[in-house]
Amino acid sequence: MRANRLGAALAAVLTATLASCGSSEPAASPEAAQSPAAAATGPVKLTYWTWAPNMDKIVAAWNQEHPDIQVTVSKQAGGDDAAAKFLTAAKAGNPPDLVQAEYQHLPSFVAADAVADLKAETASIAGEFAEGLWGLVTLGTEGVYGIPQDSGPMMLFYREDLFDKYGLSVPKTWQEYADAARALRKKDPKAYLGTFSSKDPGAFTGLAQQAGAQWWSISGESWKVNIADEPTKKVADYWGGLVKEGVIDDMPYFTPEWNKALNDGRLLTWPSAVWAPGVLESNAPKAKGKWAVAPLPQWNAGESFSGFWGGSSTAVSSKTPNKAAATQFATWLNTDPAALDLLVKEAAIYPASTKAQSALGQAPGYFSNQPDFWQQAATVSAGARGFTFGPNVGVTYNTFKDAFDKALQNKTAFSGAVQAMQDATVADMRKSGFQLAS
Amino acid sequence: MASAHRLKAARAPWGVAPTGLLLLGAIYCLFPVFWVLIAATKSPAELFSTSTLSFGTGFLDNVTQLFAYRDGVFWLWAANTLLYAGGGALLSTAVSAVSGYTLAKYRFRGRNLIFNLLIGGILVPSVVLAIPQYLLFSKVGLADTYWAVLLPQILHPYSIYLARVYATAAIPDSLLEAGRIDGAGEGRLMYQVAIPLMVPGMVTIFLFQFVAIWNNFLLPFIMLGDDGKFPLTVGLFTLLQSGANQPSLYNLILTGAFLSLIPLIALFLTMQRYWKTDLSSGAVK
Repeated sequence: MRANRLGAALAAVLTATLASCGSSEPAASPEAAQSPAAAATGPVKLTYWTWAPNMDKIVAAWNQEHPDIQVTVSKQAGGDDAAAKFLTAAKAGNPPDLVQAEYQHLPSFVAADAVADLKAETASIAGEFAEGLWGLVTLGTEGVYGIPQDSGPMMLFYREDLFDKYGLSVPKTWQEYADAARALRKKDPKAYLGTFSSKDPGAFTGLAQQAGAQWWSISGESWKVNIADEPTKKVADYWGGLVKEGVIDDMPYFTPEWNKALNDGRLLTWPSAVWAPGVLESNAPKAKGKWAVAPLPQWNAGESFSGFWGGSSTAVSSKTPNKAAATQFATWLNTDPAALDLLVKEAAIYPASTKAQSALGQAPGYFSNQPDFWQQAATVSAGARGFTFGPNVGVTYNTFKDAFDKALQNKTAFSGAVQAMQDATVADMRKSGFQLAS
Repeated sequence: MASAHRLKAARAPWGVAPTGLLLLGAIYCLFPVFWVLIAATKSPAELFSTSTLSFGTGFLDNVTQLFAYRDGVFWLWAANTLLYAGGGALLSTAVSAVSGYTLAKYRFRGRNLIFNLLIGGILVPSVVLAIPQYLLFSKVGLADTYWAVLLPQILHPYSIYLARVYATAAIPDSLLEAGRIDGAGEGRLMYQVAIPLMVPGMVTIFLFQFVAIWNNFLLPFIMLGDDGKFPLTVGLFTLLQSGANQPSLYNLILTGAFLSLIPLIALFLTMQRYWKTDLSSGAVK
């Protein structure tokens, strides 16, 4: 029932967007494109925008096996800019046939009618993905707007050697994490247990998901935006309190100073996602074998929840004349064992496919001290909960950066910044013509 | 002797202050370049662990890695950049010189209107135009082509303005009159009399445009989808943003940024002499 209503709401949104941008492309007839062996007209040519490393090598394997469907990879810069660029290209009428779509951006693609519904073509593969991940590409509707590629369940990465040195035990709850942060400051005033990054809304979103936040939902014909809900405020004020107290640092992730702190052993933990080994390996190569992984601290002892940071799907552009061929490729890429093997080895992703997750054997080299790395990841992955993203995550995320920066600078409460996110998101959705429940 | 003395006296009250100020400015501008140079020599392990100002040991490794990255795509991007910057700057200089000369030396109906429109154009930052231009180019089917990056950069109001100002000052009306009396046509006047006099100004315009296009990011970022047509700026950006779950290839980016500086420096050093020689060579002494 709920799914139907969301579908209706999305459809309403689609018509609104379409009406506002004028002409729409004629729908390609799926039957015509169904037989890819259209030898008379030469091979079907597809373009694919992605930023996963070495994707050209993986695609080369496909091209060799499928002379009638040739895919060209165009490596793009990832992140929010990539989403904006794809939306612009779709609006202008020349998007690529296939696009890598981060889960949080998929709803905005759907709202702009930029990606095709693959429901019919993907019915047989839905079971290959965990329900939570599949929900991120259906958005809780009847449609299927992409095929999950990778996922980023969150875990706690910590410096095992330094925990031993300072006599800290791995925190099981956020309360213990806070205590450990205070204890560490007393033992070594130069080191911090962690840092709160005001530049990485994705990390904050994952932590809010862990606490049970539901930022967007559908009620009847309209969206409900609830970013400033209790779990989110709880998470925000927890970190705000620690920063204010001075026991947690406030430098952003992925900056030179952060890298330096990791290298110097002045940062002992990083609540991050399963892809963290790659980042640590490149940015703090000296600490190899010194990091370990544990589940995220919990809000209530005994629970085992996590959230997602990152992860993306392969979506098919709604304007492509070769929808069937494109879907065939996207399906192969994300479910074929050989392709998944290449994705893991060449692109270094954590696959979304359940089978591929459990097939991961050897721990990443950086974590050779932790042979059960992937088993840990699979356990955490099972307890990870996401939520339906709204159609304007870009606005929400940008407001996160502005508002939390300001809160850090003026030393105001973090829950105020969360309220700013809520207000900006609602205002933007109103402006774009979405119907909102009060 | 006397003039040198006067010059010295005039400078005395200020002392070394202006020189000091300029030095500060030079340090402010050159330090980042210096930093890029140092950072480009560091291996990934050294990049964030050694002191900012100490040279690393990984420069050759970085260069080898960068050239090997995706089968040498760096060279393709470099060639693209050269095409965009070189071709764009040449075309832009030609258009600016002809328009500037015309606006400066001919009186025709609508001349002031055109000029005022150009002045207005200077006030519109090109960044604002990028997306409308993209939509326009998509309509005519030119998006994601080399022309999509070249064409918008050819018409540059500020360069035309510069060319007009320069032509007004550098080409004496009497010279053109003399040419006309000797029977030269307007075309010949422009190519053989006016343009040679405008060369120093044109070099300036060329350099301005070359650097501007070389460094341009937003326009090619929006216009191009095919990574085989990317210029260096957009190409290196794909190394920086390879997704949240991939580490940025900092050492390759820094090395790439450093290498992409070299042609600019070389260009400035070689073009400098045109300024010196031609500024002093006038026809009417």
